[in-house]
Parts: sequence; C-alpha cells; structure tokens
Amino acid sequence: MNKEKIIQVHNLTKQFGSFTAVNSISFDVYKGEIFGFLGANGAGKTTAMKMLIGISKPTSGEALVAGFDVKSNTEMVKRSIGYMSQKFSMYDDLTIKENITFFGGIYGLSRIQIKEKTAQLVEELGLEDAIGKLVGSLPLGWKQKLSFSVALLHEPKIVFLDEPTGGVDPITRRQFWEMIYAEANKGTTIFVTTHYMDEAEYCDRVSIMVEGVIEALDSPKNLKSKYNVVSMNDVFLKLARNVE
Amino acid sequence: MGIIVQNISKSYNKIKAIDAISFEVKEGELFGLIGPDGAGKTTIFRILTTLLLANEGSASVAGFDVVKDYKAIRNSVGYMPGKFSLYQDLSVEENLKFFATIFGTTIEENYDLIKDIYIQIEPFKARRAGALSGGMKQKLALCCALIHKPKVLFLDEPTTGVDPVSRKEFWEMLKRLQEKGLTILVSTPYMDEAELCDRIALIQKGSILKIDKPANIIKDYHRIIYDVKAKNRHQLILDLKNYPSQYSVFAFGEYIHYIDKNENFSATDLDNYLRQNQHSEIEIRVTNPTIEDVFMDL
Repeated sequence: MNKEKIIQVHNLTKQFGSFTAVNSISFDVYKGEIFGFLGANGAGKTTAMKMLIGISKPTSGEALVAGFDVKSNTEMVKRSIGYMSQKFSMYDDLTIKENITFFGGIYGLSRIQIKEKTAQLVEELGLEDAIGKLVGSLPLGWKQKLSFSVALLHEPKIVFLDEPTGGVDPITRRQFWEMIYAEANKGTTIFVTTHYMDEAEYCDRVSIMVEGVIEALDSPKNLKSKYNVVSMNDVFLKLARNVE
Repeated sequence: MGIIVQNISKSYNKIKAIDAISFEVKEGELFGLIGPDGAGKTTIFRILTTLLLANEGSASVAGFDVVKDYKAIRNSVGYMPGKFSLYQDLSVEENLKFFATIFGTTIEENYDLIKDIYIQIEPFKARRAGALSGGMKQKLALCCALIHKPKVLFLDEPTTGVDPVSRKEFWEMLKRLQEKGLTILVSTPYMDEAELCDRIALIQKGSILKIDKPANIIKDYHRIIYDVKAKNRHQLILDLKNYPSQYSVFAFGEYIHYIDKNENFSATDLDNYLRQNQHSEIEIRVTNPTIEDVFMDL
C-alpha cells in the first residue's frame, strides 16, 4: 500500500457545552486504504466524521483532509471528498437520471461530463431499464449501490461512508463491498463506519472509538491477536462493553 | 394462544407485499422473521397489530381475531415499530408516563416487567428522547411497549443500526422477557441474531422460504462450504469467481466462503489455480455453514 497520508488528524476535539463528544483523537489514514471507523452508538463517530467532512468546526486540534485544513479550508475539503450515509443519500421523488444530473451539477461537473458519467454508471450497475424510475421505488440495496456511485461522480480522493449497508440483504451487502474494493484498488481512500463486524474484517485497518477516544487502531488481524480472540465482534465486545 | 397466521396476502396497488403467508408462534415462544429490507416483514407486523387489513387470509393473536377483535388485541400486545415511535420532545420519563396513561395503567403498576431495562436509562430520565443515543432510545421504546404488560410482544427490526454491544444486551433482555412468559415475534436483518430465536421463518420477497429451528435449518443444508483466504482479498474474490466450477463466492469476515458445483471438488486443484494466479498465503479448509450461508443460497 502507498504510504502517502491522505487524512491526518491531530488532537481533534469537539465539545458541546460541558460534554466532550470527541476527546483529542489522533490518527492517519493512507491513500487507497479502506479504513473502518467503528464504535458504539454515542461513542462520537458521527461527530468526528462531521468535522472531517467540513460541516462541524472542531473545538480544538487539527485535521488535514486531502491536504486541506478542516477549519480554514472547508470548501476545498468538500470538493475533495464524497459522502454517503444511510439516512441521506438521494432524492426519492427524482428519477435515477435526475438524481445523477442534480448531484453532478452540485459537484460542478459540466453537462458533457454528466452525460458521460451517467452512461458509465448506468452500464456498470446494469440500470439501463431503470434509469427513468423514481429512486424511492428502488429496493434499499439498489439505492445504496447507486448512491455510492453518485458519491464518486466527481472522482473524489476520499469517500466517507456512514453505515452504508445497514438493513441491506446479505448478498447485496457483499456486492457493495466488492464495489468498495474495486474503488480502493483505483487509489480512492475509503473511510467507512459499520455495525456489521464481518465488514470490519474487510478493512485494511480499523479504529474503535469508546466514549470520545480511540481505544484501539490496527489491522483486524493484529487486533484479534492483541486481544486474543477469534473475531472482530469479540474485539468490539471486549473494548466497548460497560459503556453508556 | 400465541399467534396463528393463515394464508395472509397483502398488495399495495398492484405490488404484492406478502403472498399467502402462514405460520404459527406458540405461546411463550421467541420467533424470528428473518429477511432483508423489502421482504414484507413490516407488513406482517402491521397486520398482526391490527394497523393494516389483509386482502386475504386470517390471523389471530393471543386468541383474538385481527379483524373482529382488534380492540382486544390492541390491549394485549406491545409493538415496537422499526422507526422509533417515541415523542422526541418529551423526556424519557414523560414518554413512559404517556404510554402508561394511554393504556389506563401507571409506571408503578407494571414496574416489575420493565425494571431491568428501565434502571439502565433511569439516570437520563429527564433527557429528551430525541437527545438519546441509539442504544438508549431502543431501551426506552422497549419499556414503552411493555408498560401495559402485554401477552405478545412485536418487535420490528429493534436492532437495526444498533452497535454490537447494545445488540447483545438487547437479546439478553428479550430472553429474560421470554422467561417471564411473553410470546415474542421479532424481525431482524442480522443473520447472527437468527440463531438466538427458538424458531425462525426465512422470508424474502413476500414469501416464507423456510420455517424451523435455526439448528435444523443449518443441519439440512447440504452443500460443502470452504473457507478460503489469501493475501490479496479483492483479487482472490475476482479469481474465485472465475474458477470454472464455482457455485458461489461470498466474503465472510476474515475468509471467503467458496462453494463448488462438483461433488468431487479437489482443494488441491483450487490451491494450484490460485498459485498460478500469483496468490500467496493461501488457506483452504472446510467450514460449518451459518444461517447467513443458507439464506444466501435460497
């Protein structure tokens, strides 16, 4: 793997009043890496991720994303990244084609580029017959695969995926991960959160957040041997037990 | 006196959400509806909790008919819908009080049933429900569904989007509720939770594919699954998919689950093939199927 650092986080902190949601976390993510960002509900993952994508200002500390400061250069951060989450991905009452056109426009693609990208995306996902369908009528798995592709329209250096596979059926979940692998192979960095611990095994490295701090960060293999357990699920249970 | 479902069908416009579904849940049983998003699980819950009328078929819950005796059912079941039903602007305690009052009871009267769960969220009882973490919201919603001491509990994807620790705790709570005599119908997209149910129905695209004890479903599975591992996982998936006799290739945690079409499959041949394709650190060995393997092969 290329050792170029694409995300550099140093003592990043976020406080809401007297509550410290993210407490001085530091880590690096390398170019082309699949980085799993794990933690229990309420551990501070979403808050940390919001700072990294430039929509929440850190209370203190620094983070460089694709070389840009998340405090002072949020516009460039946003241009360099793609983002998808389960909660918000695309507009249900627009068709597939309209969604692609809309997001392509938002990302600043030209009409010709949008046309090319639409054709390419439709072919890759085999959506030829569905292009005029409303996104709201698609099965969840299709929606998620499509919104992953839409998050990549502007060829970002890093893509942030917030629980992309929640509730998705087992086969589609695996197809989704094959898309992630293929994209990482092209050199795109993947920053992903998930509650499926088998998916944690698919990451190059994972971090586990507990109560605002990063409790562990290593490859799944090293974490399992460090905690002397057979699965990432057990690693997670050992670290995150008795919290909340 | 648990749940009886006979040939229930429901269509929305022209789309069949569920198609002639039948199953029975015994009194005191913990029964799982296992299937992905869009399988029809929520439609089943809504019919059984009398919030939706079926087009065909009949069903009864705790001895009451879902059409004729809908009022009696509403008093004797607890329902935790997939999307949180809590009032975001009310506090933890206010939500619980509200649900108790609606059912003509008080928190004190049935405190026994919820005590184990409620004490975990009691430190936050003044907090608005909207400001709770996912795990705590889920516990509060369960308390609200239990406050009128129902006979049957319906839980529609209670653990979706919930972290592994909270999921484990949630299932421990369900087991304790079952011991208190409740009949529980629960749905989940997490296949590992299927194994914690007494019996499960595997459901896909509106039809039930199989009903049995989890252990029997695994036992009946007749294909041999191999764990395969090599240094470059992505390339391994692609190369296994190109192996002429492959039946299926799915990433499965640390390993890839590989199934071959041929009965006389030779692991040595596959090993040689992978070596020729520049793979290193190759491991191939037989493994035990899981519910997820069975599900993916239906």
